[in-house]
Amino acid sequence: MKSKKLSIPYIAWMVVFTMIPIVMIGLTAFRDKAGGFSLEPFTKAWDYRFVFLKSLWIALLSTVICLILAYPLAYLLTKMKKSTQKTVQLLIMVPMWMNFLLRIYAWKILLQKNGPLDMALSLLGIHGSYIGNTAAVVVGMVYEYLPFMVLPIFTVMSKIDGGLIEAAQDLGSNNLAVFKKVIFPLSIPGVISGITMVFVPSASTFLVAEHLGGKDDVMIGDVIDKIFLNDQNTGSAISLILMVFILIFLILMNLFGDEEALA
Amino acid sequence: MEQTNKKVLVSLKDINLKYDGEVILNNINLDIREREFVTILGPSGCGKTTTLRIIGGFVEPDSGDIIFDGKRINGTPPNKRNVNTVFQKYSLFPHLNVYDNVAFGLKLKKLPKNVIKEKVLKMLAIVDLKGYEKRSVQKLSGGQQQRVAIARALVCDPDIILLDEPLGALDLKLRKCMQLELKQIQRQTGKTFVYVTHDQEEALTMSDRVVVMNNGVIEQTGTPEDIYNEPVNAFVADFIGEANILNGTMIDDCRVRILGKELECVDKGFGKNTPVDVVIRPEDVMICDPSTGQLTGMVESVTFKGVHYEMSVRVGKCEILVHSTNSATLGSTVGLRVIPFNIQIMNKLLPIEHNIIETEVTYSDISHTDETDCYFEFELEDETITVKGKYFPQGTKLRIYLPFDALSISGEGDGDLKDVYIESVVYKGERNEIILESDTRKWLMLSDIDEQVATYVPLYFNFSKAGFEVIEEPQKEGD
Repeated sequence: MKSKKLSIPYIAWMVVFTMIPIVMIGLTAFRDKAGGFSLEPFTKAWDYRFVFLKSLWIALLSTVICLILAYPLAYLLTKMKKSTQKTVQLLIMVPMWMNFLLRIYAWKILLQKNGPLDMALSLLGIHGSYIGNTAAVVVGMVYEYLPFMVLPIFTVMSKIDGGLIEAAQDLGSNNLAVFKKVIFPLSIPGVISGITMVFVPSASTFLVAEHLGGKDDVMIGDVIDKIFLNDQNTGSAISLILMVFILIFLILMNLFGDEEALA
Repeated sequence: MEQTNKKVLVSLKDINLKYDGEVILNNINLDIREREFVTILGPSGCGKTTTLRIIGGFVEPDSGDIIFDGKRINGTPPNKRNVNTVFQKYSLFPHLNVYDNVAFGLKLKKLPKNVIKEKVLKMLAIVDLKGYEKRSVQKLSGGQQQRVAIARALVCDPDIILLDEPLGALDLKLRKCMQLELKQIQRQTGKTFVYVTHDQEEALTMSDRVVVMNNGVIEQTGTPEDIYNEPVNAFVADFIGEANILNGTMIDDCRVRILGKELECVDKGFGKNTPVDVVIRPEDVMICDPSTGQLTGMVESVTFKGVHYEMSVRVGKCEILVHSTNSATLGSTVGLRVIPFNIQIMNKLLPIEHNIIETEVTYSDISHTDETDCYFEFELEDETITVKGKYFPQGTKLRIYLPFDALSISGEGDGDLKDVYIESVVYKGERNEIILESDTRKWLMLSDIDEQVATYVPLYFNFSKAGFEVIEEPQKEGD
């Protein structure tokens, strides 16, 4: 009984700040400006279908690149001395202490014409701007979300019992076989939570594409940001669709995760 | 001996290992023969698991050779050694089911699938886990997990199976059952088993040969009967089974004095008037009428143990443990007899009469030379030790005699010496005789408290019980 009482503030918080807003978005999405029931917001949202696809594509690309970078890094981290581990972990975390927008501005300066990258490359005779394209958006996203991929993978990997690695060696595994047959399968839960933690926020993020991307690089987060001021109904409809997509993605990831755990 | 004509499979030659400056293994020499069940027995921290890990390839010795079937295999990684280990915590792969755990090694050998299947099923039948193939290892009981671990090692058909306290996590009943099962599996498969345990009963039950280790050293190697009946020293006697270990003096060949009585024994060659340890097993002490006893004492406790009575008889200050099928009356005076053959004489673990410190006074308080306020200091193993209530001028060379009861390991502060290692604790009927090891030497101490071996403690000296002898007066300046 005591534990139930203790949970009341959290439940109240959830109801006020999570449940009610979601219900309100749901209600607003099915109304027109006059306030009557209407599917108009969804027909308007259909106009943004390509922005949707682009957002998911950028999020997917960023997630895959994060995974490719983070997995070996996490693995190497587990092999380091405890003291080095702490330092490297800190270095991974430090950028997150800075404001999100500041970090994007930093990339803007790095990639723009006459910026440091341009200057360095002009020494080789290449000259140009590296901003205003999808690649720049992906670079910004990977930078933003890399720690969210590294840390869960590292946490899971470092919890793998050293005895299992010895047992695998004992049974005839060389280092490659130890990795393939023991470390990799046991690190899957970390990979799954990493993917979730990177894909979900990057699919709905805003400002990154606006600052680093070109004219075509509009993400759905930016659309919601812009549209909501004038047209709450369409904004709500787009948000609702995005939520459904993310929900489906989470369910898929969970299914995959469960299968891995059982296999 | 039956084993001597069998081929030596593994031999450890002069193995030494230090870790962080501590000696873990000190000159280990051990031959393990084909089809043998060898148990390495010792208290925790004695180096037994390290020895096993050296054979397994997980630890490299600082010096010495590991010879496997005639070839030196130092530096060969575990995956290239035809040795498999049953780990203490089983270390089963949680992401694989029973079948895949057992098949792990065979799959790495790239055997055909049908061969793997046949071997795995056969092995699961041997360890009594038929029908468990598809189960998750995490859902098995401790005993079942244990058997999967054994099957996983055995199925690879190694030359040697190493078992690192594999029954430690099981309850008593299951442990007894698994002991017999393990022995049976060993006979059935004809494999060499090297088994590590701290449980002496386990060692005696299963082994063809027992290796008793303490403090990085092999104390004794022999059949369970040898080890039990003819322990080489008080440590082995104390560790294997129950024993009365007493201080004695060897008067001459076949004559020993214990508890103030001269008794006949069968051991020779210790010299005359040599202090020795005397071991008498409780079942070898016979209770008789006080008039016919070699020793007399009062019965202090009688406990019924099922097969026998366990009685404690106080002879003088010393307690003698007796196992007998006849009980004596509590509080009565009885006689005790032991036949000469059952009195085991052994050299003392640390044959000293005092702890002697030879040193030079590094500082002394000149202002107070009376008994109460004076003090002097000397250096011992980089520590400055203060002796109160004694005065010797600076530069005096001294010999300090510390009796065994002038040492203690409990007190305030860091102690006169920090972090002294408890090497052995042997109960001598009256008090515990504790051997301590500091950086450069050993100490002998008496204590009423049963201390934990292989731990580090502070050591305190009580100089009020000490004797001082001046070896050399200080050199006067200007001489």
